[in-house]
Amino acid sequence: MDRRSFLKTTALPCFMVKESIATPSESDTQFIKEASFYEKLPHKKIQCKLCPRECVIDDRERGYCGVRENRGGTYYTLVYSRVCAAHIDPIEKKPFFHFHPGTMAFSVATAGCNVNCKMCQNWDISQSRPEQVRSTYLPPARLATTAKENQCLSIAYTYSEPVIFYEYMVDSAQAARPLGVKNVVVTGGFVRPEPLKKLCSLVDAIKVDLKAFSEKFYREIVNGELRPVLDALVTIRKLGTWNEIVYLVIPTLNDSDAEFKGLSHWVKNELGTDVPVHFTRFHPEYLLKNLPPTPVATLERAKAIADAEGLHYVYIGNVPGHPAENTYCPKCKRVVVERRGFMVGAVHIRKGRCQYCQQPIPGVWGV
Amino acid sequence: MRGREGPTRRELLGASLSSVLSTPLLAAGRSKVVIARDAALREKTKAAVEARLLKLLDRALQSFYDCDTPVEAWKKVVRPGEVVGLKVNCLAGKGASTSVLLVEAICERLQQAGVPRRNIVIWDRLNSDLESAGFRVETRADRIRVIGNNVLGYDEELQTYGSAGSLVCRTLTQVVDAVINLPVLKDHGIAGITVALKNFFGAIHNPNKYHINVGDPYVADVNMLSPIRQKARLTICDAITAQYEGGPSYMPQWSWPFNGLLVAKDPVALDYTAWQIIERKRAEKGMKPLKQEKRQPRYIITAADEHHRLGNSDPRWIDVVEI
Repeated sequence: MDRRSFLKTTALPCFMVKESIATPSESDTQFIKEASFYEKLPHKKIQCKLCPRECVIDDRERGYCGVRENRGGTYYTLVYSRVCAAHIDPIEKKPFFHFHPGTMAFSVATAGCNVNCKMCQNWDISQSRPEQVRSTYLPPARLATTAKENQCLSIAYTYSEPVIFYEYMVDSAQAARPLGVKNVVVTGGFVRPEPLKKLCSLVDAIKVDLKAFSEKFYREIVNGELRPVLDALVTIRKLGTWNEIVYLVIPTLNDSDAEFKGLSHWVKNELGTDVPVHFTRFHPEYLLKNLPPTPVATLERAKAIADAEGLHYVYIGNVPGHPAENTYCPKCKRVVVERRGFMVGAVHIRKGRCQYCQQPIPGVWGV
Repeated sequence: MRGREGPTRRELLGASLSSVLSTPLLAAGRSKVVIARDAALREKTKAAVEARLLKLLDRALQSFYDCDTPVEAWKKVVRPGEVVGLKVNCLAGKGASTSVLLVEAICERLQQAGVPRRNIVIWDRLNSDLESAGFRVETRADRIRVIGNNVLGYDEELQTYGSAGSLVCRTLTQVVDAVINLPVLKDHGIAGITVALKNFFGAIHNPNKYHINVGDPYVADVNMLSPIRQKARLTICDAITAQYEGGPSYMPQWSWPFNGLLVAKDPVALDYTAWQIIERKRAEKGMKPLKQEKRQPRYIITAADEHHRLGNSDPRWIDVVEI
């Protein structure tokens, strides 16, 4: 796709989507639905069972995510159909590089998140409560038809943390499938096994932000835990849902050779060499404005370590024009998918194989 | 280079400088906490309770400021022309929220001290919280205003200190000049206790992020955010009915009639004193100390450390005056 046709397919729908969400919500009651995963405790308390945090929540209080509330001993999501961001994005922006390249994803989010990353690019919605951000009512059926009408191959649940709007995501995925609209999830992977397994049965691809390969980083920078995220990655792989990994490289915090090597070794052993790993560039944001952007050389060092470990599809992200944005056939080494930023050029994959040497290229290609 | 594990040098310098420029929370050295009680506070009629509560408030303020009259004491709290915010705690509805009668008594004395009613703002997180505690939302400018943060929203500028990064409500940043903090004396199932320091969670947009690790160091860090640190002037803790377990929700089976008020300029000293009251009550009832429950409110100690200096947590530096 050339630049002109790319702009033609994205600019107008984006404008239309923005216009369609310009009306503020009229009532909060339409956004409230009983939560799927929780246990009732004595004295009207509840325990959330959606993410590994397992918050114990008093009556009239909310969990860490800020979007689930205990009301009289019943737990509710407050963000069902409460969309605070909706855009049409190239699938490469998520990023998914092995999932229908060059297609568009109708991308939605609600407020809230179950972690608090100090480098969050979307903290203004992820760290807010639903009533603090402007939202619109977009129920699952309407989301699915809107995606279809806008020629989007997929709906992407993204921007904040889709685990916290789980019920909306699940119902939307079920509404989208009969229309031929696919579903992709962009998540931190901080989710308990039971809801994750159900999710895997309903969506087509999951991208996990593996934010570091140390518990220290997860504890101090993410306010989460690494172990459940690694477990989630293994579960996704075992269940056969297409998966890619993004690792945001932050100077001084998660950019050591040892960490890159540990990560690559773990991916190779636990997930296999065919899982795409994206090393992406950090830009100072939110609570980490004191750190500089990631030097490109650091990203190249990370890629070199992962390549040496034997991973087949290692990318460099947020560096438009870098040759490591392309997909290379691991056998003949030729470019099979050309990219520049979010733009996709020639695709030399036919029926899931390299057009030149017939090497299978893992992914969900649609060509 | 490092991540934001603690306050940056810039934040520390800024905190020190603004403490010098603004009204300091603390007198140098020792901290004073007044505990005023009235065993006969619970009269049969509302009018009688109002009268006794006003007297109790007067005794507490006069004792704290060592004044002969209540008006004289209140004039040491606020200056003419200032807009005064009364930060109540209404999350738990009637039973474990700041008493409406206490707030009315404070408003009466503020007006007598020269603060016109249009300069008094009663506020908490949500209108619905205020209403559930018995307040009536009022937004007219010529009245005593009663508003939740949902009315004016939050500033767009992110305030940071240490591990805290929050948007602060506009009521605090743009409307009021000084805050009288009116928490309730009660237990908290996650943070140990919720009294003076934690009541300012109701001034930020993301309190749900700060309950991990028993609120430490988050509670202390939130109290270091400039608008809170600079405007918090006095704490009057509503201990008419206190709660030693099951908070922050109202649990009548774990509440008791303390029939008192706690007054201090130092929120750390007040919280330390409140913590000990709750621990004593728990012991009396045969309950485990909060430390054994793994919810010792360590944030109170953190609030007094070299990175915060919000007050005294060492009882040797706290003068508790019981009247």
